Amino acid sequence: MTVTRRALLKGVVAAGTVATFGLPVASATARERKTPPSNAVGMLYDATRCIGCKACMVKCKEANGLPPEPGPMKGVYDAPADLSGSTKNVIKLYKEGDRISYMKAQCMHCVDPACASACMISALHKGQYGIVEYDPAMCVGCRYCEIACPFNVPKYEWYTPFPKIVKCEMCRHRLAEGKVPGCVEACPREAVIFGKLKDILGDAKGRLAREPRRYYPKIYGETDGGGTQVLYLSAAGIPFEKLGLPALGDKPAPELTESLQHAIYQGFVAPFVLFSVLGVVIYRNRSAQPPGEEEKR
Amino acid sequence: MSHRPQPIGGPIVTRPFLALLAVFAAGALVILWRLVVGLGPTTGLNDGYAWGIWIAYDVVSGTALACGGYAVAILCYVLNRGKYHPMVRPAILASALGYTLAGVSIFIDVGRYWNIWKVPLLWNWNRNSILLEVAMCIMAYIVVLWIELSPAILEGFEQDDRYPRLRKLAAFIHPYLNAVMMWIITLGILLPTMHQSSLGSLMMIAGQKVHPLWHTPLLPLLFLTSCIVMGYAVVVFESSLSSEVFGRQRETRMLVSLSWVMVDVLALFLVLRLGDLALRGRLGLLLDFNMYTVFFLLEMALFLAPALLLMKRERRYNPGVEFLCAMMMMAAGTLYRFDVYLVAYNPGPGWSYFPSIPEMLVTLGLVAFELMAYMVFVKRFPILAGIAPAAAGPSPGEAVRVPAAGR
Repeated sequence: MTVTRRALLKGVVAAGTVATFGLPVASATARERKTPPSNAVGMLYDATRCIGCKACMVKCKEANGLPPEPGPMKGVYDAPADLSGSTKNVIKLYKEGDRISYMKAQCMHCVDPACASACMISALHKGQYGIVEYDPAMCVGCRYCEIACPFNVPKYEWYTPFPKIVKCEMCRHRLAEGKVPGCVEACPREAVIFGKLKDILGDAKGRLAREPRRYYPKIYGETDGGGTQVLYLSAAGIPFEKLGLPALGDKPAPELTESLQHAIYQGFVAPFVLFSVLGVVIYRNRSAQPPGEEEKR
Repeated sequence: MSHRPQPIGGPIVTRPFLALLAVFAAGALVILWRLVVGLGPTTGLNDGYAWGIWIAYDVVSGTALACGGYAVAILCYVLNRGKYHPMVRPAILASALGYTLAGVSIFIDVGRYWNIWKVPLLWNWNRNSILLEVAMCIMAYIVVLWIELSPAILEGFEQDDRYPRLRKLAAFIHPYLNAVMMWIITLGILLPTMHQSSLGSLMMIAGQKVHPLWHTPLLPLLFLTSCIVMGYAVVVFESSLSSEVFGRQRETRMLVSLSWVMVDVLALFLVLRLGDLALRGRLGLLLDFNMYTVFFLLEMALFLAPALLLMKRERRYNPGVEFLCAMMMMAAGTLYRFDVYLVAYNPGPGWSYFPSIPEMLVTLGLVAFELMAYMVFVKRFPILAGIAPAAAGPSPGEAVRVPAAGR
C-alpha cells in the first residue's frame, strides 16, 4: 500500500484548511478603521521651531525618574543615542548639505497601536485619552511589542534581572495632577505643544495654511499608520522619512493581522469544524481496523 | 525480531551521554547567570533585534523540527496508513521533548517570567494577539504530547517488577487513557495546525521591517506546509540514525513511501512561495543581488534539491540519498524560519545582531538535554520497534525490564 496522490492531497488540504480559510476572507471582512476617542489628547512637534536645546530630554528624565545614559564620555553627560530602557524622549539632528532639522523621537500614541494588538495580556493598551499605557503587572517581557511597533518605540531594560518595557506614556501621572507632559512644559520655543487632539490637529493645519513655504506639505500622523496622536510638522524640503518616520501608508499595522486572525478564529468556528472533521475521520479509521491490529495508544 | 516497541535496555551512563551532560551543564550555568544579570550581558540581543536564536531556533525552528509527531499522526490517523504505526512512538517522543524544551526556552527568554502564570487566565486574554494564540496552543500541545506518549511510559511501568505500586497505578490508569486517547490524538493534530501556521502570522505585524521577499499574508500557510516537510524529514532522519546506532531493522520500505510524500509537500511549498512572489510582482527584488538574494536562493535550493533528488524511484531506495535529503529538508525549513525572523528582519539602520557565545551555549545545552532524555526513554520504555535481538539482549540487571510481549 502506498500513499496515493489523492489521499495525500486530501490530507494536505485538510491540514491547511484552517490557515487557508482566512486568506480570501480576510480582505473581504477587513475590520472597521479605528478612530481616536472623543477626549483624545495629542502632541504636535514642529521641527521648524525646535532649536535642539534638549531641555525636553532633561525634563523627561526628571519627570519619569529615569537614569542618565552616558555616551562615550562615561559618567560625564547624559547623551543617549536613541530611545532606550532609560530614555523615553530623544532629540536627534538631521543634516543634509547645510540644511539641518531636529527630530523628537518618542512614542507616537497610535490610534490603532501595533504594540497593543500584539501584547498577549494587554500590558500595553489604549488607556484614558487614547494614551498607549503600560502596565508592568501584566507584562511577561516577551518583547513582541518591540517587533510589532513600526516606529521601534518600546524599549527593554536589558541590564537588570527584573526588567520592564520603557516608553513614553505622555506623562499620564502628571496629567492626573493637572499638569502637561514634562517635555511640553520644558520647551522654551513651544516646538512641542500638548492639547486635545482635535485642537492640536487644527493648529497644525492652521500653520500649514498660514506659512505653506515654511513647511513640508503634510502633517505626519494625521492618517499615517492609521493615525497617531503625536503629530509632526517638518521644514519645507525635508520629507518625514529623512527624520526617521517611515512611510507607512494609511493602514494601521494590526489591520491585516487582526483581519486574518479574526477570519480564521472568529468564534473559534474553523478550529472547531476542523477538530470535528478530524475526529470523525480518525474515529472511522480506527473502527475500520481489525481488532487484532488495534494497538494500545 | 519483534515488531512491537520494546525498551532497548543497556546502561544509561555512556560516554556520549557524559559528553552531552557536559554541554548541558555549561548551558545550565549560563541560564543561571542570565537569571541573575538579565539578558543584556548574556546575549547578543538589543532593542533592534529583540528576538534572537532562543526564539528563531529553539522555539520557531525547534517546534517545527518537533513536528514529526504531527506529521506521522496525520499520516497514520487521518490518511489511515497504519503501516507507519511503528514510527508513531519515536516521533511522539521526539516531539514531546522538542516542544517541552521550546517551552523552557520561552521561560528563559522572557524578561518577566514571574508573570507567565497570568497568560493562561481567560479574562486576561487579548484575543487579537497572535502570540497569545501561539503561547496557549504550545502550552496545550506540550500536555497533549505527553499524554500521547504516556501509554509507552505506562507500559514501561506495567512491565517493571521493581515498583509494584507504580505498576498497579499504571494498570489502573491505562484503560481510562485508552478511552480518551482518540480525542487527544485529534487535538494533537488540530493544535500544531493552529500554532505552526500562527508562528508564520507572528511576523506579519512587523510589516515593513520584514523584507518583502518574505513578508506575505501567506506566511501562515508557508509555515504550515514547511513544518510538515520538516516533521517528515526528522522522522526519516531519526529513524535512519536510530537504526544505525541501536542496530534496529531499517524501516526502508516505509521510509521510501514517506519520501514520496515529501516530494509533493515540497512541491506545494515551492508553488505557494514562488507563486505568491510572482503574483504580487516581487520576484524582481531578486535582481538586486544583495544579501537577501543570496539567502533566498540558498533557501530555494535547499527546498528544491531534495524534491528533485527524491523524484527518481531508484534514488529513493538509496539510504544515503534519503538521509542527505532529510538533512536538506530540515535545513531548508530551519533556514526559512531564520530568514523570516532574523535575516529578513531589519529594524532600521544602526542595529545588528549575532548570537553571543553564552546564548549559543544555552541552545546547545537544551539540544544536549533533549538527546540525553531521548536516549534514556528509548532504553527504559517501549518506544522503538524492530530491535534486533542482539542489540536488545539483556545486560545484567536489565533482564527483568525486557517485556515478554515479543512475538
